[in-house]
Order: sequence, then structure tokens, then C-alpha cells
Amino acid sequence: MCERCAVEKDIYLPRLATLEKKRLMNPTEMYLRLSIDDNEPFDFIPGQFVEVSIAGVGEVPITISSSPTQKGYFELVVRRIGNVTNAIHRLRIGDKIGIRGPLGKGTYPVEEAKGKNIVFICGGIGLVPQRSFINYILDNRADYKELAVLLGTKCMAQRFFHSEIDGWSHRNDIRFMETVDQADDCWLGNVGVVTTLIPKIETELQSALVFICGPPVMYKFVLMALQEAEVPRERIFMNLERKMKCGVGKCGHCQINNYYACIDGPVFRYSDLRIAPEAI
Amino acid sequence: MKTVTIDKNAFRRFVDGIIKQQRVIGVCAKGDRFDFEQLESADQLRLDYDVTLQPPKKYFLPPVETLLTYEVGDGYKSVYDDTEFVLLGVHPYDMVALNQLDKLFTQDNFDTHYMKRRHNATIVVCDVISPSKNVFASSMGTATVKDGFDVLLTDIGNAFVMESGSKKGDSFIAKAQDVVDSSEKDLQARHKIQAENEKRLNNHKLKCEASYLPKLLEKAYDHPVWEEKAKTCFSCGSCNLVCPTCYCFNVQDDVNWDFISGKRQRAWDGCLLDGFTKVAGEHEFRKKRADRFRHRLYRKCKYVPEKISSQIMSCVGCGRCVGACLPDIANPVKVYNRLVDDLGIK
Repeated sequence: MCERCAVEKDIYLPRLATLEKKRLMNPTEMYLRLSIDDNEPFDFIPGQFVEVSIAGVGEVPITISSSPTQKGYFELVVRRIGNVTNAIHRLRIGDKIGIRGPLGKGTYPVEEAKGKNIVFICGGIGLVPQRSFINYILDNRADYKELAVLLGTKCMAQRFFHSEIDGWSHRNDIRFMETVDQADDCWLGNVGVVTTLIPKIETELQSALVFICGPPVMYKFVLMALQEAEVPRERIFMNLERKMKCGVGKCGHCQINNYYACIDGPVFRYSDLRIAPEAI
Repeated sequence: MKTVTIDKNAFRRFVDGIIKQQRVIGVCAKGDRFDFEQLESADQLRLDYDVTLQPPKKYFLPPVETLLTYEVGDGYKSVYDDTEFVLLGVHPYDMVALNQLDKLFTQDNFDTHYMKRRHNATIVVCDVISPSKNVFASSMGTATVKDGFDVLLTDIGNAFVMESGSKKGDSFIAKAQDVVDSSEKDLQARHKIQAENEKRLNNHKLKCEASYLPKLLEKAYDHPVWEEKAKTCFSCGSCNLVCPTCYCFNVQDDVNWDFISGKRQRAWDGCLLDGFTKVAGEHEFRKKRADRFRHRLYRKCKYVPEKISSQIMSCVGCGRCVGACLPDIANPVKVYNRLVDDLGIK
């Protein structure tokens, strides 16, 4: 037998984790708090994802939503949309699920962002992966300069993390702006797509690092707005979602031209994507 | 590393001897075509074949394989296939393909499932005797192979020259009786066959050096050829199915009747199939046939060679896809030559 086979771990083998908490945050989004059962380390960088296994149903890649500064557990937010995610919604407290990861070498540039202005632009559920880095910055606030978070949601019913973002909007060290595409009479905030918030950013944009995450259609319009604001491509980062099966750079599903979303991403620097027209 | 000559009758006895000891997979006739099958006797072996229906990759990445078993609430267990076998009669271009798969499955993350099978195999490569109708290995620089094999076999008329390429090859050859150290004349005969093969396995001629293809494709992303060819594509994935370097797979769970236990399997997938990139919520990233058609040919001669820093392209020129494609659009040489015609070699 080969020497490496004897020492290498099975990259497809999940570890067990226990569901500690769950809460339905809106009609489709479920918050989950999980802890790994074994004593092996589970260290991650904001932007990394895990493959969540539901035995008999399958696996689904989900980016970790909590900050690595929170130890002993991690949080996921899962939209009910396919077979596995619906099964995740049906889980009960104490249930065991499989976890592979953390995966992905393309993470948020935690070090590079130090001492810089930071802007997050999130579309709906796009807030979930960004939240890991947002909370990481808030926990290491002195290392980073101005912080702005823009959130656009389709409608009021789809808003989530209510108390957390309410907290952000009352803090002095974070500028949080929110808009909904369609509002009813009860909504007193901004109305319109997330790009309408970009001109309202007071942070100096050209020198800031900008992080985008949202539905596929959003990227194009946000990038156009950022180009207008003359933000260089090197300072724009995008969190890309693709169909993923193996999560370890083999199965080919998540390929974006030369790149694999699973190992080269999921967070990509916009200037690196110049050779990848399929990205947007 | 030894090089010996063995008489054809002695070789047959040698193969029969190995069949008694372990699993031997060799090339057999299947109607008027050929494929790899488990041998029961050396008489079945046809080393004069043109091309096999399926490439040998299925012995390392089976069409369906179990990765894990599970029991709900009790976790997952890895499953490995641990039988040693001999793979007899792999053509050089297919060996080049396996060499690339080896790199791909060990790069970044080490795939123990693939590699265990790989290390359980003794691969005997044989130089081509009868070129197939669609082979273009000479154009791709894969008509002969220098490494990766355990044994390299060349038919020099009345005998075979057997060269060992590894320790496994050494012990394989050591089992053979009636062998003599290859004479200078035998080695020259072998050299002549290999030199000829490097030119004659070329029934579709590429108009540029194969190593130029990544550069050519860099300029060809928006070329009309993708739309033109893909217009008649059935998205059937036959080209993926027969390709020795296509290795994309799907992962699915299979539940047992007790609804408690089950297994996680991986099965071949194809980037030409509709739905290959479709995520929950119905968003599909390569929805157009032309996008999928282009993706495959970019993978063969740009993405994968660049990923593994290989001078040899991932299209190894076996020509299987040319024969498998019903609308006759899969021939990579026709597409690449069209691009050379339109974009030139600079």
C-alpha cells in the first residue's frame, strides 16, 4: 500500500457535530448553532465553508456565519430551497449531522484589511457569509478603520438577524445602512435596490476594501456602481456561489473557467477574475 | 529496471500463470471492437487492438463507487476497495491520461479512494500495433509514453520487449520464465516501432503544436465556433463518458431499506449535461449548450494542463469522442484547427 494513503485522511469523511440551537429567522432562513463532537481542532478563517451532511439525503456547502473569535461552536444560516436544506430545517436540537471542513483557501483577507476602511455590500442572504468577517472586525475593532455595512433585502418579510443588525445600527463604530426592494406602509427606512445605498456611503471608497455577496444578478450592478465610484478592482472582493459536490477541488461542478469556487474561493479578488468571464 | 525479451508463446504462458494468482484485466474483443475485461485465459488477450470502447480510468474511478457508509446518528465510515490487480495492454495515450489523473487526485487534497486503487494496480502498457480510425495521439505528443507505467510492452513481431518502469514492474517481470535480456537488435526494433508511432498515430492532424493550444484558446473565448458546433449538440455527455481524462463526478446518498443505514456514492458526471451547474433555486451557471461545449474543450487544452502545469494537453488524442459523438461535433482537432485558421499562430 502507498505510504501517503496510510497517513492521509479520507477527504470525503465527515466529522459529527451536534445541533445546539436552531431558530427560524424568517419564512425561509434557519439559524443553526453547532458544535463539533470530537476534540480535533476546528479553526477557520472568515469566508471558509463547511459541507453539511444529512445522512441519506446528501451534502450541501454552507459558509460559516459566525466569527472565529467565538470559540467552541459555529453558526450557519440555511435557506430552505433544496432536498438537503429542507432536511436541515427539519433537524431537532441534539441531532447529529456530518461536517467536512472548514474548506476553501479563498477567504476574507483578514490581514490585508487591517488598517483599512471596509465596506460590505450584501444582498439578502448574502449577509450570512459576510457576517463572519463583520463580527470578526467588531471583535478586533482597533485593527481596522471605518466600517460600513450595506444590506438590501427583497421585502420586509425576508429580513433577518433583526436584533443583531438593530444593535449594529446603534453602534458608533459601524455604519449600517439598510434598504428593501419593496416596502409597505410600516417600513420607514430606505426603499430600492442595494446599489441606491452606494452613493450614501460616507467612507472614502477608493481606498477601502469592498466585499460583495448576494444573488448572481446583484454582482453586475454593484460592480458597475463601484466602477463609477472608481474603486480599483484589486480592492473589490466577491463571495461566489456555485454548484458544489466534493468541496475539495475534484468533482468539477464549481469550476469558474480556470478557478474552482471550492478551493480557489469562495471569496475572490475581482482583479483575479479578469480571466474568468463566467464569474459574473 | 530491467528490459527483457520474451517469446510470444512464453508470454502467453506467463499471462496464464498470473491469471491463476491474481485478478488480471486485459483487452478483449467485444464483437468487432475491443474493451477491457477480466481475463480468464491468455487466449482472450488482444494486444493488437486499435482502441478500447472505454478508457481504463474506470478501474481507478469506477462509474459508481461507494465512498462511505453511514448509520443515522452513528456517523460515517470510509469504504475502500483493496484488491490488487494487473491492467494489461493499456495504450500509451491512456497511460498519459492516467498520469494526469494521478496528479489531479493528489494535488491540493489527496484522494485516498482513487489512490488506493492506483497503488493496487500493476499497469502494463503496450505500444500501439493497429492505429484506430480516429486516433491523433501523434498530434498531441502522446503516441508513446516515458513514465507512469510499471511495465512497457512492445510487440516486435515474434516476441515482446518488456521494460520495467517501477519496482512493481521488476517483480512482475521476475515472474516470467524463458526471458532473455533484450539484444541490441530487439531494442532497435522497438525503437523503430515507437518512432513510427510518434508519426503515424495521426488520423486527424492538428495544425499547430499541442503545447500552443492554451495560448490559442486564450484568444478564442468569444469565437463563433462554439455556437456553430453546439447548435447540433444533444448534451448527451457521450464525449465525457468515453474520455480518458474526464473525471468529474457527482456525489449522492443511497438509503438502505432499514432507513437507518446507507452509503454515500460517487458516480461519473459530465460537464456537457444540462444541469451540471444547476443549483437549488433553479439558477444554472452554464445554461447554454455552447458554454458547456466550450468549457469541455477549454478543460482539455487549457484549464487542466494549467492546473497541473503540464506541457502535455489533457486531450490525449485517443479519438474516442470523435466516434462517440452522434452529431459529429466532438472532434477536438477540427475545432482547434478552425481556431488556428481564423486566429493564426502567433
